[in-house]
Amino acid sequence: MKPPAFAYHAPRTTDEALATLGELGDDAKVLAGGQSLVPLLNMRLAAPAALVDLAHLDGLDAIEVSDDRVRVEARVTHERLRRHPAATDAVPLLREALDWVAHPVIRNRGTALGSIVHADPAAELPAVLSLLGGQVELATSGGTRTAAADDYLLGPLESDTRPGELATALVLPRPGVRTGAAFDELSRRHGDYALAGVAVTVTLDADLAVATARAAFIGVGATPVRVDLTDSLSGQAHDALAPADAVGLARDVIEPTDDIHATADYRRHLAGVLLERALTTAAGRAAAGGTA
Amino acid sequence: MTTNATATGIDAHDRVEVTVTVNGVPRSSQVQPRRLLSDFLRHDLRLTGTHVGCEHGVCGACTVLLDGAPVRSCLTFAVSVDGHELTTIEGLAAADGGLHPVQQAFRDHHGLQCGFCTPGFVVSACGFLAEHPDPDDEQIREGMAGNLCRCTGYTGILGAVRQAADELRATGDDPRQRTRDGATASGEEVSS
Repeated sequence: MKPPAFAYHAPRTTDEALATLGELGDDAKVLAGGQSLVPLLNMRLAAPAALVDLAHLDGLDAIEVSDDRVRVEARVTHERLRRHPAATDAVPLLREALDWVAHPVIRNRGTALGSIVHADPAAELPAVLSLLGGQVELATSGGTRTAAADDYLLGPLESDTRPGELATALVLPRPGVRTGAAFDELSRRHGDYALAGVAVTVTLDADLAVATARAAFIGVGATPVRVDLTDSLSGQAHDALAPADAVGLARDVIEPTDDIHATADYRRHLAGVLLERALTTAAGRAAAGGTA
Repeated sequence: MTTNATATGIDAHDRVEVTVTVNGVPRSSQVQPRRLLSDFLRHDLRLTGTHVGCEHGVCGACTVLLDGAPVRSCLTFAVSVDGHELTTIEGLAAADGGLHPVQQAFRDHHGLQCGFCTPGFVVSACGFLAEHPDPDDEQIREGMAGNLCRCTGYTGILGAVRQAADELRATGDDPRQRTRDGATASGEEVSS
């Protein structure tokens, strides 16, 4: 249970980090909070020749809130983001999702962007990124690029972070008017991996009937499973949703599997129950002014 | 304080000097980059109060305070925290042996049996109470959910955290600070 030996690099600046990553290429992994990477190292499931540690880097720790988006840099921990009122007011789903992320002690070190790079299909933030149509900013010493969530989240523990690249920030668009969101999940113990979970957004029209609705499920597929529910729900009054069609559609699309924690059938059932609850909550929030 | 680990890198089997302030005392040792903070504390600094259970972040036995916030020392490399401040279980009781209010509360409520998980629970509770001085039962349950105990069934632990919260609120002491000499009479029970 000890990590394999690795060469260690502690760049002081982003430029240094990019130069080091460029030199090391495939041999290096980036260490941010380490709350996912270090368990993999301790269990010898990963053995990179070198780690590039962001712990001593000066920078990449900003949370920027503007009129149309929230941008979170690579060194920002879950807990710091969770306690950033401007960011969680701008994207209320963020706050509710972060409440579900692991235990407080893990949130103190784990980074928001690191969770997306790690791309665990049961993790909350990749689902938020996917549902809201967010992006990941990546840099090399030669330049930068921006990847949309769907292009970036490739599979279980697989994101499109290329050799020599550093994921520098995640970007979430702010929701529009009459839009409400909700996140719900079930785990045996709060903070453990979800058996299933769902993030939803509902946007209402001027008559407070559903205009668009979509969901992103966690723990029931290789990546967050996004489902557009607009056809099943559009035109329904916000306070009298009949979600049976939407639930049926979602249960058909998701691909849960059996493991020691729950059967696939149970997860499929649970995902539908959580969806129904989250839709009701989100529609109510949308009607109340799109908060939380 | 600066680290000796520069961008040019430390080879995997080379050693690097890591200096941290542990319980108010500067301590250093030469370690390989792969040295976990839990092993750095236990093996290099001989502070064996921090326990290692699962070594992959699940059990919470190795919890220490890093710059005042609880973290898993088994999921942190010593080199990453060079220059930072740590509080371990050794940093809570008074120099005269008087127990910290959280320790006393665990004793009063039988919040331990074998004791293996206890350092992690006590340190986690200190970090939790610093953030939630007046927690309700649900907050305590959630705040302690990151630590596993295989003996007690948790009821005593939750009761202990509740008592410690009341005690610390009454005195206004920071739960992360070492108890002062004479603050509690050693061996006597604090009324619960």
